[in-house]
Amino acid sequence: MFGKRKERGLREAGWGQTLFAGAIGLIYFFPVLWIIMTAFKTRTDALATPPKFIFTPTLDNFVSVFWRVSQQGNEAISTGFGLYFFNSVFVAASGVLLALIIGTLAAYGFSRYPLKGNDTYLFVILTTRMLPPIIVIIPIFLMFRLTGMSGSYYGVILLYAAFNLPFSIWMMKSFFDELSGDVEDAARLDGSSERGVFFRICLPQLKAGLAATAVFALILTWNEFLFALLLTGSDTRTVPVAMARTIGGELGVDWGLLAAIITLFLIPVFGVTYLLQNHLLRGVTFGTIKK
Amino acid sequence: MNKPVTNVASASADLSRTPAASNNVTDNTITPAGGKSMRDFWQWMFSPERRGAMLVAPALIMLFLMNIFPLMWSFGLSFFHYKASSIRPPRFAGFYYYEKVLTDPVVWERLQTTAQIVALSVLLQMVIGFAMALMFEKKFPFRRELLMLVLTPMMLSFVAVGVFFKLFYEPTFGILSQGYAYFFGEPLTLLATKWGAIWAIVIADAWMWSPFVMLLVLAGLVSVPDYLYEAAAVDRASWWRRFKTVTFPYVRGLLLLALLFRTIETFKIFDVVYIITAGGPGTSTETIAVYVYKVAFQFFKTSQSSALSYILLFVVIVLTNLYLYFVNRRNEEI
Repeated sequence: MFGKRKERGLREAGWGQTLFAGAIGLIYFFPVLWIIMTAFKTRTDALATPPKFIFTPTLDNFVSVFWRVSQQGNEAISTGFGLYFFNSVFVAASGVLLALIIGTLAAYGFSRYPLKGNDTYLFVILTTRMLPPIIVIIPIFLMFRLTGMSGSYYGVILLYAAFNLPFSIWMMKSFFDELSGDVEDAARLDGSSERGVFFRICLPQLKAGLAATAVFALILTWNEFLFALLLTGSDTRTVPVAMARTIGGELGVDWGLLAAIITLFLIPVFGVTYLLQNHLLRGVTFGTIKK
Repeated sequence: MNKPVTNVASASADLSRTPAASNNVTDNTITPAGGKSMRDFWQWMFSPERRGAMLVAPALIMLFLMNIFPLMWSFGLSFFHYKASSIRPPRFAGFYYYEKVLTDPVVWERLQTTAQIVALSVLLQMVIGFAMALMFEKKFPFRRELLMLVLTPMMLSFVAVGVFFKLFYEPTFGILSQGYAYFFGEPLTLLATKWGAIWAIVIADAWMWSPFVMLLVLAGLVSVPDYLYEAAAVDRASWWRRFKTVTFPYVRGLLLLALLFRTIETFKIFDVVYIITAGGPGTSTETIAVYVYKVAFQFFKTSQSSALSYILLFVVIVLTNLYLYFVNRRNEEI
């Protein structure tokens, strides 16, 4: 939405505005900055009063995210966070891939071959996404317990696929709706099969849209907490759940450690926000508002 | 397990028949009945008029299995006496739980708490979001980079944001409390009182989601055509008048959408509350989502939580409908 085409119409303001917006932006961003700084502090620096803005950075916190020294010997024991990071990546990637394949097909259908009651279907689909997750999770929890799926990878992956499906459908439909049908009709006249139209005409034009949808869904899943809290076991736990458990530690909260976990957890989010800048508006409104 | 087998059989039958088919026009009459009906079935399924249905079918099946069916199940459960933690079979209860939930003062109290948080947080988001959008309305060096900086919070995880703010609110060494103590001489114990804790949640939530409002308002601001501003300049319209007659009409629709969208989303607030206050002190910041969580997974009153769910479901459906109505109206205007 703030792509080059739009910005040309904006009125000019000089470096003064940069300075002003920069100051406000830094204040706004400060909470994140402070957490990142805390991650590099020693335990005493992190709890110092008055707070320390200048300190000697250390990487100890990042090491102790993954390993701690055992009480008997000196060998390092894994804290399990390596596994939790792997779980987060694995579960999000599989769930999103599944949702994207099914969702793109459905979006193409909804966009090009409207059914009777097309809008009703789309409304119901969006509603399932708008529902408070706590409502959906109660019966799913019972269902998973009955089928023995709770705590397993495939249960969580299936759930995340379903969780991302409405989002994928609405996002991809908004992209399909923007494509001009003329090219497709021309391809049909030239004898292309319907499958050819979809794979060779539509999809190549939507590479950027597909990528945006995928990355957005990945972030939503990466950040998801409640489903993971209730449906993952000790082997399939994701980072947000592990993070929440770290707060409840019995030895008091180690803020430096927690800040280091968050910093590691946020790295992909920063990268992704930068990549998605042109599709943020569409993404955060589930494809309902394009511009 | 039966289907794939017949599939393979009919496929191989197809293969063996192909050369004959090209020679013999009356081939159809000598095809085994099973193979023919199978092929007819596939043709029927993939015929052009059913293409739309076939494309959306996998998605609808998946949503049915993972969303609609579980919801129907819990709808059923809400009419029975049932606790997920006991092995006693469910007993029919009729509307008992709905009656119980609707007349329960605790539920109304939780709804009230939620409404307070929603009202404060959404209002704050609208004000801050609007102000920041005005700041980014014009073009200036590094605009894009600064915009990214401000937009980052809404991409963060609720849990991470909750943890940050819990650290800032920490009475002795939290940076917010220390700043407060520096100016007012006494430590800030925000999480000790009801309204303090509510503000603690509201600040975290508003910080996270003001960029969302900004993004929407900005989309409206950049769509104001230049000639209107030029005309206003020619007319020497005052800043306020220009804002009221030129700018605001382009933003109004998006502002309403932002309001509805954020209301729906904030209504569901769970993670931030769970991390920062866990509903405390006492139960004074327990939002309806946290309450449902406790009823369902701490007290295991499954039926009661299901009945409660259905009341929330109703609220969200009404709001979502309203939201989509305004989205469609805006799309027609553009």
